[in-house]
Formats: sequence, structure tokens, C-alpha cells
Amino acid sequence: MAVFSRSPKPEPVLGQNRAVGHLLSFVTWIIGLVFFFPLFWLTVNGFKEESVASADPTLRFDPTLDRFAEVTEANSGLLSFAEAFSNSLWVVLISTAFVMVLAIPAAYALSIRPMKMWRDVLFFFISTKFLPIVGIIMPVWIIARDLNLLGTRTVLVVLYTAMNLPLAVWMLRSFFAEVPKELIEAAQIDGCSLLGQIRQVLLPIVAPGVAATALLCVIFAWNEFFFALQLNPTGASTIPVWVNSQQKFQGQFIATLSAASVLATLPVVIAGWIAQKRMIRGLAMGAIK
Amino acid sequence: MSNAVVDSDAGTTATSRADEVKRLERREGWKRRLPILPALIYTIVVTQIPFLFTLFYSLTDWRIDKVEPRQFVGIENYTSLTSETEKFFRDAAWVSVQMTVMAVLFSLIVGTLLAILLDRQFFGQGFIRTLLITPFLVMPVVAGLMWKTQMLNFNFGIINWLRNGVGLESVEYATKHPMASVILVLVWQWSPFMMLIVLAGLQGQDQSVLEAARVDGASTFGIFRQITLPQLRPFLELGTLLGAIYLIQVYDHIEVIVGGQPGANNLPFYIAQRSIGGGNRFGLASTYSIIVVIASIIIANIGLRVLSNLLEDDS
Repeated sequence: MAVFSRSPKPEPVLGQNRAVGHLLSFVTWIIGLVFFFPLFWLTVNGFKEESVASADPTLRFDPTLDRFAEVTEANSGLLSFAEAFSNSLWVVLISTAFVMVLAIPAAYALSIRPMKMWRDVLFFFISTKFLPIVGIIMPVWIIARDLNLLGTRTVLVVLYTAMNLPLAVWMLRSFFAEVPKELIEAAQIDGCSLLGQIRQVLLPIVAPGVAATALLCVIFAWNEFFFALQLNPTGASTIPVWVNSQQKFQGQFIATLSAASVLATLPVVIAGWIAQKRMIRGLAMGAIK
Repeated sequence: MSNAVVDSDAGTTATSRADEVKRLERREGWKRRLPILPALIYTIVVTQIPFLFTLFYSLTDWRIDKVEPRQFVGIENYTSLTSETEKFFRDAAWVSVQMTVMAVLFSLIVGTLLAILLDRQFFGQGFIRTLLITPFLVMPVVAGLMWKTQMLNFNFGIINWLRNGVGLESVEYATKHPMASVILVLVWQWSPFMMLIVLAGLQGQDQSVLEAARVDGASTFGIFRQITLPQLRPFLELGTLLGAIYLIQVYDHIEVIVGGQPGANNLPFYIAQRSIGGGNRFGLASTYSIIVVIASIIIANIGLRVLSNLLEDDS
């Protein structure tokens, strides 16, 4: 089923009449621009002088890159952009790799050659997402403290892997369920091992789905703030903690904060734009297939 | 699903045929189960076992700032929740309920409307969809800070600037209406998510059914109510479910927008404050956590059932 097919659709829900259609298109454009406006404004403010940003809103100003230069400068004693960025990159990439290594075989066992009671197992994975983070934060903090893991990147890798695993299993299963069974059976008859089946038959077909799933994991891990703040408040912390630290309690800081926000947000926003169709298809199809 | 098992050592042993079949079946079962075990074990170790610890802590009077060993107090923490001293807990619980329900409901409504508007051919459809998706991709910390400092700000915020433009007084949103401010930002971030899920439902509709209804003279609204809405049901349910799972846990927005001022502290924020955030009351705070876990299961269940009934009555 092509969810985002571009073929002309005969009957949309709204807009039979031509004039009404134009009006609706106009309204949609306005709403889209209004939704995006805060982000546009944030970006604009990042290019302003501090005194211009902390004044009545204006679009007439001389754009400057100084704020971006300021926020990326190393600041003695504080978490610098370079440190936070490399910490984020490390934690996000390694945790996502772990998620994939664990979730791909699991999704296989839930779809291609389903085990007994696979529905119950899938439900278990999803239900672990119902467990609010506060339900485990205290033991996790104690264990991390006793293992000397507070303030390390390791503790974030472990937790982000657990955080994203249920979602990844859920999405991957729906992508795997679309692979023709005959193909897998043919590979089995040819004596292909399990790993061989996954690598040579399955992955080439589901690669786009796997990429979309991995990207969603990257986005969630990149944006995560609670664990990073509570378990990791010092030198090994990540981009969200760094952005939050750009908020000053005296003086003007809106332009600097905006520049920092743009740097923090841009990587995942661009990645999300590229993969939007597949990501949502995987999320939605998990429900009905 | 029956799979013929071809095994080289089958049938050559002295055991009876029935035992042999059983043994092979068991082996096949384990072969199928094996790939899922690493993920399953990892999930249980990292999420379920710590939860048991929380359950145990909640039955003690443990404070990590005291040297005295923790003592088992049974359900004392739970019974104390209704007492005068736990007013802040009950406030936080009530904030959590209101915040979750309103944020899920509003983003579902806004998201559905956006999806219906987007489900048409028009100039720039892909571009507008991309713009609408973006808030969901934005880091919650950035979303919160941006709204607080640039949209809702008393002195330089766009919203107050617009208010002044039409002759209205400025409003100190984050302090006067802390919960509404947080919900506004949550709806801004989660409507796009709901929109995408509903859009997937709308675009997966069977066109021939819609065509047939149109030929039979059904009105646009009638088609929407009687055909589209029932078909959207699993998608609306999914949106509610995923939205509730994430929104009941909201912490980031509260930390950066209202950060500790009374009136908008939800349970996750309050629990963190009372335990690892300096409160040190691990026993008591664990009790709060258990309540949150129970509540989130109940809310998700009720949410789903209400939604199902609503749609059932309608069709």
C-alpha cells in the first residue's frame, strides 16, 4: 500500500469546488507558515546583535555571524560546544548501533519466521515504553553511582539503547512483514544460514526501512535531556545540556541562545526532512500490519 | 505455519519416533526464539529489574543523605500520600493528569485538521508538509527555550508584541499561566506527529469505496463521518497511545519553561526534585514513581477505550 503516493487522487476529503479548493490551499499555506514561524524567528535572532535581539521585534538589522563564533568558542571550566557535540555524536551513534544489532534479529523472529506467541512478545516490548522513566531513575542512578558511571558517556549509551529498542523493534517488524515469504523460503532451500538470510536477502530489501528506523533512534537520542541532565551534569554531557547552559540569569542572551539553538537543532531537522516519509510509514504501519 | 524440518541426525537414533518429533519441535522452537533473546534480555535487565528495585525502595524510609540504614516500613509511604504533608505530591499528580489529557487531546484535534487540509493536491503540498513536520523534530529543550524567550516573553516576545499592536496589555505568560504555556508548546510539537499518523490513514483509504459512496449521493461530511472516520480509528488510537506514552513523561519543557515554580510541576519533575535532584528522599519518591507507573497504564487504557466508544457510537 503506497501511503504517500503522488498519483492524483480522485476524491480528497475536502474541496470539491474549485473556489473552495483555492481557499483551502491558501489557509493551509498560512497555517504551515504560522507553525514554522517560531523557528524562522529563532534563526533570524541568531544572526542579530545582542541588543537588537533583546528589543522590539524587527527584521531590519545587519546580519552577523559573531554569535555563532561566540557560542562555539571554548569556555574555560564550562562545557564547550566541541565537547558537547563530540559527546552527543559518540553516545548517539554507538547507542543506535547497539539498538540495530539487537532489534534486527528480534524483528526477524517476530515477522519472517515468527516464534510462538510473537504477539505477546511484541506487546511486551511496546509495554516497556509505558514504564515512565521516573519509574526506574532512582535505581539507575544508584547503580550508576556504585559502578562509578555517573558523568560518563557509557551510562547514556546503555540507557538510550534501552529507550529506543522497543520503538525500533516495532518499526522494523512492520518493514520486515512486507518482505515476500517466497524469497526467504527460496534462500532456506538453498541452504542459506540465518545470518546469511538476514544479510543477503532481507537487508537489501528492507534497507530503507532500517535506515529510517535508525534515524528515528538518532533523533530521539540526540534530543534526550532528562538522563543527560540527571546522570551526566558534568564534562561528559551532551548538546541539550549545553544549549540549556546558554540561558543566562543576567544580561542579554537571546541572540547567543538562538545561535546555539540553531546549531543544536539543525542536524536532526535536516535528517528528519530527508527521511520523513519512511519514518512515519514505519510508525503507522506497525499499528495495522 | 508448518515448516518441514530436515535434520541430518533425525531418525537414526534408537529413541521412539514420537520423542524424536518432540525433540525436533523443541529445537525448532528455540531456533526461532533465539534471535529475539538478546533484545529481550537487554530490555528486561535495563528496564524491568530496576523497576523491581523501585518497588522495593518504595517500601522503605530510605534517605541517601542520612547514614542510618534504611528501614522497611511496609505500605506506610503509600498511606501517607493522602496526608496533609503530601499536598505537593497531589498537586503534581493533578498537573500531570491535566497536562497529559489536554496536550494529547489538542494535538490530536489540531493534527487531524492539519492532515485533512494536507490530504489534497495543491501547489507546494510537499513544502508545507515539511514545514509542518519540523516542530516535532526540534529538540524539546530548544522548543521550550525558544517559546519562553522569544514568543511568550513579557518584554520582547512576539505574542505580546502582537497584543500591544491591537491595543492589549502584555501578559507574563510563563508565570501567570505556566501550565497553559507548557501545553501550548507541547501541542505545537506534537500536532505534527498526530498529523503524520492521521495522514497515513487518510492516504491508505480504499478509493473505490469513497467513489461508490459519492455515486450513491453521499455528502462530503457524510462520507467523512461514516467511512473515513471509522477507517481512521486505528490511526487515531495509535496517535493517542503514542502521544500519551510520551506526554505523561514530559520533563524537558517544564524544566526550561517554568522550572520549579508552583502550578506547573508535573510528577516526573517533582519526583526528580525530591530524589536525585537534591531531595534525597529515595523511599518516598519511589512511592510516587510507582503511582506514576500505575497511573500511566490506567490512563493509556482509559484513553483507548474512550476513543473506541466514541467512534463506535458515531458510526
